[in-house]
Amino acid sequence: MSSNTKASTPALKKMFDRKTMTDTRVLLIITIAVFLIMYASAVIFLGKGFSKPQTFFNILNENAALIILSCGMSLVMITGGIDISVGQVTALCCMSCAVHLDFHNGSVFTALLISLGIGLAFGLIQGFLIAYLKIQPFIVTLAGMFFAKGMTTIVNATQFNVENEEFKALKATRITVPGMGSVNKAGNYVPAYVEIGVIVALVIVILLFILLRWTKLGRGFYAVGGNNQSANMLGINVTRTKFMAHLLCGFLAGIGGFVYFMHVGSGSPSHASGAEMNAIASSIIGGTMLTGGVGNIVGTLFGVLSLSTIKNIVSSLGLDEAWWTNITIAAMLCIFLLVQSVVLARKNRKKA
Amino acid sequence: MSSNTVKKQTSLAGLAKSVVRKQIFIPIAALLILVLFNLIADPSFFQITLQPNSEGYNVLSGNIISIIDRASELVILAIGMTLVTSASGGQDISVGATIAIAGSVVLRVLCGSNTRPDTLQAPVIVAFIVCCLVSMLFGAFNGTLVAYFKIQPMVATLIMFTAGRSIAAWINNNELPVISDPKFAYYGNFIPGIPIPTPVFITAACLIVIALVLKFTNLRLYSQAVGINPHSSRLNGINPQMIKFITFVILGLCVAVAGFIKVSRLSTINYSVVAKDIEMDAILAVALGGNALGGGKFNMTASVIGAYVIQFLTTTLYKYDVDSAAISAYKAVVVIILVVLSAPIVREKMGEVKKKLFPAKTAKEAA
Repeated sequence: MSSNTKASTPALKKMFDRKTMTDTRVLLIITIAVFLIMYASAVIFLGKGFSKPQTFFNILNENAALIILSCGMSLVMITGGIDISVGQVTALCCMSCAVHLDFHNGSVFTALLISLGIGLAFGLIQGFLIAYLKIQPFIVTLAGMFFAKGMTTIVNATQFNVENEEFKALKATRITVPGMGSVNKAGNYVPAYVEIGVIVALVIVILLFILLRWTKLGRGFYAVGGNNQSANMLGINVTRTKFMAHLLCGFLAGIGGFVYFMHVGSGSPSHASGAEMNAIASSIIGGTMLTGGVGNIVGTLFGVLSLSTIKNIVSSLGLDEAWWTNITIAAMLCIFLLVQSVVLARKNRKKA
Repeated sequence: MSSNTVKKQTSLAGLAKSVVRKQIFIPIAALLILVLFNLIADPSFFQITLQPNSEGYNVLSGNIISIIDRASELVILAIGMTLVTSASGGQDISVGATIAIAGSVVLRVLCGSNTRPDTLQAPVIVAFIVCCLVSMLFGAFNGTLVAYFKIQPMVATLIMFTAGRSIAAWINNNELPVISDPKFAYYGNFIPGIPIPTPVFITAACLIVIALVLKFTNLRLYSQAVGINPHSSRLNGINPQMIKFITFVILGLCVAVAGFIKVSRLSTINYSVVAKDIEMDAILAVALGGNALGGGKFNMTASVIGAYVIQFLTTTLYKYDVDSAAISAYKAVVVIILVVLSAPIVREKMGEVKKKLFPAKTAKEAA
């Protein structure tokens, strides 16, 4: 991808230059613009809730895990694969941690290790099957999803809240955002806060941004997704790169699982159901193409934000029924896919 | 004489080899393993009895009958899914959601504005036709995205996957209509006087239709050509976009039939639960049939057997009191084992190991 080989300074001027207007950048700009317009119009037309900074931070709080999962998904999608097991792996992590904390009197640290271990194990096995045995990613991760789903019920079939004191303290930890806040009804100033998960998610976004932009491995992801054979001829180890992408995605699912667990504080087989589809949708809205080779972590972040802003707008419009949320998300997905399709057609025309 | 026996042996080995190489071998082998397992564990699994059901008619009952009956929807879906996989090189993940839509349409037409009518508001055939048209419309929507906008099938159908159940709920204003007329239940259960469940007949009809279509039209040839190389098939005068579009419409029709059976079984619908995860099972059926999920050649019989294998596995697991939610874990293990064994790289490696273990035999074969 030419946008990555060139340094992006001076950024703004170059950003809108026709020559450097690559697919990645077009899609990224569209995503960010859509999010800003959507949020701005929500503030103007709906007012009340949306003008408070806390509303924005609540969107982050609720979706910290989804951001992490979507980042992993984007990595895999950039290499041209897909991982639909992440949602159920999250549920499995939650349930295992909850059982470990409450039934086995475990500590929070070992729970974290369990969560990361589960994620790594899934990433390792799925990555091996996909990269080294060359089995279709969809089938492998479909099986992974089924397996995680079944294992969650085998570990524990019912929902329960975790009562571990150490964990409760961690769950209640709030980090105030300096300079942000609002005045509540009683006239007191309430500072805005975020949960630990949000910090974790943002750190991961930054790390992955650096990984994709400035490391050999990250460049390899784009190369492999863009064209398998050329990447091979360039001397990139395609198999290992694909393996690494799936391994990272699994590991991120483990982290996402623990972050989700910190947010909800309970274990349930129905946790994070459909999260994989939300993650795919966020990645697509964020400008990652399923054909591989095109994508951006920052876009994914904005994809998640757009998706959850839409949800909030729909519910604050008074359309409480769940079906409206789904239909709007689907419509949004449809529009973004059509935009991608047009962009791809443009690219193909250029080639020819 | 000794040379004669050697010849016989090699020809036998060759025969075995050609059987193993056949695509249909995978699902049949899986089926045989399951049958064998059940035979050893509990031969009464295969018992079929003629018992009066709740309405007093004598009907066949037994695990085998229930497998063939319950697999109906899956088999019908597998037909469409195989075609879509072959032509577009991807899978439709929205079938479960569109079954909900199809079922919802059937109930809407039959019930009219009343959610609990005493009599049907329209003939069943009208409801069925409307349901077919609506399902084909949604199939056409997916097909348009895939064929004309060139979006990957899995992603294009993600849209309907997300919105489908919501649309289904919206069609009936989020109410759950119930049909009390027993005649409607005939299609999903038993027709009085006939001991075999009706879905079996419907499935048989679908299989005959698709067999005739594949035999007397160019659908098989064209969809395989498009799946293998859309560009060169276009150069040969096939319209790849049209073929992809048609396969999605056919899948829509299959979804309509499956949805019709599904609502007829219960005479009502639950939007969030009906046909849940059936898309995964349908894709598994195609994969189990040894069809390339990346498109191209397909074997319809193998897919259909694959669908029965999956239902067989599910029923077997239920019999051993496996929790319905935990079943997926076992299914996943079975699927992984099957896919790993059929992966070309693994087969190659196994061949090498065999050579190392029996160098003399392979040398003889080579000679």
